[in-house]
Amino acid sequence: MLDPLAVLNAVMAGVLLGGFYAAVALGIAIAFGMLDIPNLSHPAFVVVGAFATWLLNSNFGLDPVLAGLVMAPPFFVLGALLYRLYHVCFERRGDAALQGLAFFFGMLFITEVALVLTAGADYRSVAAPYIGASLTFGGITLPGRMLVPFLVSIGMIGLLHQFLTRSFTGRAIQAVSQDPLALRLMGVSPTRIKTLAFGLATATAAIAGSLLIIIEPVEPSIGRDFIGRAFAVVVLGGMGSFYGMLLASVILGITESIVSDMWNPSWAPAIAFGFLLPTLAFRSSGLLGRKL
Amino acid sequence: MSNAAFWALSAMLVAALWLAGRLVTNEYVFFMGYAVAQYVLLATAWNLLGGYAGYINFGTAAFFALGAYVSVAINKLVAVPLAVLILAGAVAAGAVGLAMGYLTLKLRGVFFSIATLALAIVAQAAVTNWEFVGGASGAYVLRPSEGPWGGSYVEYLFYVMLVMAVGAVALARSIERSTVGLGLSAIRDDELVAEAYGVPTLRLKLLVTVLSGALMGMAGAPLPFYVAYLDPPSAFNLSYAVNTIAMPLIGGTSTWIGPVIGAVLLTMVQQTAMVTISSAFNLMLVGLLMVAFITLAPNGIVGLVRSLRRRA
Repeated sequence: MLDPLAVLNAVMAGVLLGGFYAAVALGIAIAFGMLDIPNLSHPAFVVVGAFATWLLNSNFGLDPVLAGLVMAPPFFVLGALLYRLYHVCFERRGDAALQGLAFFFGMLFITEVALVLTAGADYRSVAAPYIGASLTFGGITLPGRMLVPFLVSIGMIGLLHQFLTRSFTGRAIQAVSQDPLALRLMGVSPTRIKTLAFGLATATAAIAGSLLIIIEPVEPSIGRDFIGRAFAVVVLGGMGSFYGMLLASVILGITESIVSDMWNPSWAPAIAFGFLLPTLAFRSSGLLGRKL
Repeated sequence: MSNAAFWALSAMLVAALWLAGRLVTNEYVFFMGYAVAQYVLLATAWNLLGGYAGYINFGTAAFFALGAYVSVAINKLVAVPLAVLILAGAVAAGAVGLAMGYLTLKLRGVFFSIATLALAIVAQAAVTNWEFVGGASGAYVLRPSEGPWGGSYVEYLFYVMLVMAVGAVALARSIERSTVGLGLSAIRDDELVAEAYGVPTLRLKLLVTVLSGALMGMAGAPLPFYVAYLDPPSAFNLSYAVNTIAMPLIGGTSTWIGPVIGAVLLTMVQQTAMVTISSAFNLMLVGLLMVAFITLAPNGIVGLVRSLRRRA
């Protein structure tokens, strides 16, 4: 029979997992949900972040989370440069949607193969004191390797949410894809705002990558597993809604955790699709978002 | 090119390759020829939707592998001719295309694309759990030693694939010149305007999604016999999706000849590179070529040739 404690443990594990999914999806929630840039290569950047964390951790003994923070500024610059390229090649030509998708798909592929060629196809992992440890509350176990990523992810999302809703620049980011002309009339350059926002989105990949490698060993092609999940939670949560995205991530995490524990782990990657398709077909505004 | 000239050229191509095949003693040539024809078929199928209507399908591997696994499953149950397996693969993949299209084509193209990306993942999970066709450990398929008309079976597979590829190109060409083709390019240029002028956008998109999916399923159906051992990671390999997108984009997406040029060129380069350099580098080459063409020459080789001619 079903043990209630086992179910509760699976649910808690799912909540923690969902928190981490939200960290991966955060960059897509900004780039795709707010800027309408379908950055398929974001999960590949997360894996690059994970490998960078591995380098810093194994060579200098730097804590993985700190390593992620250290890598965030260089990722910001790379993201800003990538957006400039995208802008010059696609947005200005006015054929952004079709060619842009293929462009990011190509970038995803190039990033992945470049990792294989430079770092090899082996699994890499990091060391930190909290990775083997765990907290136990009345039968419920919270492993450190899940709890730390969850907390860091929630912190990162909370900070970015404050920035996006409170500051002028943040509000400009939210407005840019809805009405670029209005932004221009306020004396703000839409291109500059988008460069900044895309840089921020890419910087979150560095931190999400450090969380990924805390959770599990990483190899170059692992990013693919997160493309479907990340886009599914952004769409399910509702385009442009951070809370929706977070809620959808936790729902996905719990469902995957329960399916893996009670049934068969090999079905877990398919669950995101099970959420995505009905959302697109029947409720395209998602849980808490604007209509598509 | 007029219709008569097109058909005469196609028939001559098939006949010439058949005659050339009489002279070939090295089996490898047929293996390579099969790969080229398979990619001409896949690239042409992808271009029906991606090039003409502007809806990008990232799920080529799903449709292709579905055709392959339907053929593994039927082959395990009853012994039927290859043609039946191909037909079954086409019907199955076409049906998936219809379902996918019906659920997602009403939205902007981006969402259709993301759904196809996810489709490949869910299809792989389904096949990995489908024990009847070998599940995660893969399936062995006995390749007959001889084709029905003598010669090796791989030689036979090559001609089957060649005929399908020529058929698909002919289909793409006739669609391009029909009112359906006009409707599709109207959708690609501005879907809202097309809709307002009375183009039945959803019906046209569904039609080409089904056709495109069915052709990909057909391309996959002979695969089990070609490789003799099929497992999910190889059937759902990302390189199918990347290649099928890269080929039309490199060749040029606006005409039927573009995917053909791209497929022949890229498959030849890859088959050579696979032997001489590492396979990882080979994939890198495809990715770089694809991104270079999208950013620098969005109309592909066909577009480059056209602009050269105009200048001359």
